[in-house]
Amino acid sequence: MKARQKRLILVVAGVALLGGAVALVLSAFQQNLVFFHTPTEVAEGKAPQGRTFRIGGMVEGGSIKRDADGITVRFAITDTARSIPVAYKGPLPDLFKEGKGAVVQGALGADGQFAATEVLAKHDENYMPPEAQDAIDKAHKTASTVSQ
Amino acid sequence: MNWQSMSDFWSMGGAAFFVWGSYGVTFALIALELVVVLRRRKQVVHRLQRLRQAMKASARRKESQE
Amino acid sequence: MESGQRFSLFRYAAPNVFYPLAGRLAPWFAAAAVAFALVGLYLGFFVAPTDAVQGEVYRVIFIHVPAAWMSMFIYLIMAFWSAIGVVFNTRLSAMMTQALAPTGAMFCFVALWTGALWGRPTWGAYWVWDARLTSQLLLLFLYFGFMALTRAIEDPRRADKAGAILALVGAVNVPVIYFSVKWWNTLHQGASVSLTKAPSMATTMLMAMLVMALASWAYTIAVVLWRVRSLILERERHTDWVGEVLEAKGAQA
Repeated sequence: MKARQKRLILVVAGVALLGGAVALVLSAFQQNLVFFHTPTEVAEGKAPQGRTFRIGGMVEGGSIKRDADGITVRFAITDTARSIPVAYKGPLPDLFKEGKGAVVQGALGADGQFAATEVLAKHDENYMPPEAQDAIDKAHKTASTVSQ
Repeated sequence: MNWQSMSDFWSMGGAAFFVWGSYGVTFALIALELVVVLRRRKQVVHRLQRLRQAMKASARRKESQE
Repeated sequence: MESGQRFSLFRYAAPNVFYPLAGRLAPWFAAAAVAFALVGLYLGFFVAPTDAVQGEVYRVIFIHVPAAWMSMFIYLIMAFWSAIGVVFNTRLSAMMTQALAPTGAMFCFVALWTGALWGRPTWGAYWVWDARLTSQLLLLFLYFGFMALTRAIEDPRRADKAGAILALVGAVNVPVIYFSVKWWNTLHQGASVSLTKAPSMATTMLMAMLVMALASWAYTIAVVLWRVRSLILERERHTDWVGEVLEAKGAQA
């Protein structure tokens, strides 16, 4: 009976200690576990300097433009507070749309332009049929016209 | 109903490779796991039965020697 | 009085009692798994509507999420049995842990595989090193590590101990996987179903996913019970009751 209680305490203490250690390690490496930075962080100079990194946010409405060469795409990525202009050459994922989430990888130029080498679409955890989506969009529109 | 026809169903709105690739591999793995587990059971029973018979035989031999 | 209580609690932990019980229960769980899977697939492909954003490819969710849930649950159950085994020295708990591991690894691989096939058409990449995907990959390695470790050690008691330690240590990874989408910026979306908020899915989609989750539960129970029966026979081969089981089997054949 005594031995069993001892082993129980050992197991509980071991797992608790380990959990604590992992929590410490994770919070210490917080920076490296972040997959992308927000446009605000980038604008405030909190993004890593001198190496490529990712920016995540929303593709700003009405910002997608194609250059005359037909390959280069320019758009702005925003977190509603700040917005970063991005230039990109290459294929875009199907879900890449204005007003939807995206993550771009690349480097920030001296002119404040972000030269992207990869563009990923980020979708949310909402799943619904098109009719429901239409109804929500309509409701949003009426709400915004009413408030104006 | 989501589908107009059989071919409409199989094409999955152009995502056939991704959808059927997911379902196909999943069910193949499940089938494989079941085969492995049931065959392992047969092998274990067979091996232990032979082991038991061998032990019995050696015990009998010992008895007859005494 | 205390010994009487313990008797009832530990009765089914005795391998000779559990072995026939597992044999009787497994077919029922297998039948339930088939039934749930048929209903789930019907709901998933014929009742659940097309997704507004993703189109048809979202239907991968009906195996991706249940498989990912299972892969995390199974590891936690392994850790639970390991703790029981270390504390109470029960023989059956280590066998249960070892019977669970291959199925957990299978579901973990399925979650990663279906996730890759889902990610390519939606995100634009099969794989990214974000916190969710990386910690799930670590879980797969923990499963493989557990299976390799327990098989590499000859002495079963030492193998059980080593496996129990790895199962308990590795369990720390499970909450990291689950909360990774909250704690860090990840490409992976948040949870659609959680205890803290209403599900963010259309009802028919949610039903299909939950029925598929029930199917994977039933399947896991059935296949693990079958696997543990083989393990019990091997481990207990020197006992009289296994001898009787083998005799009965031999008479049948």
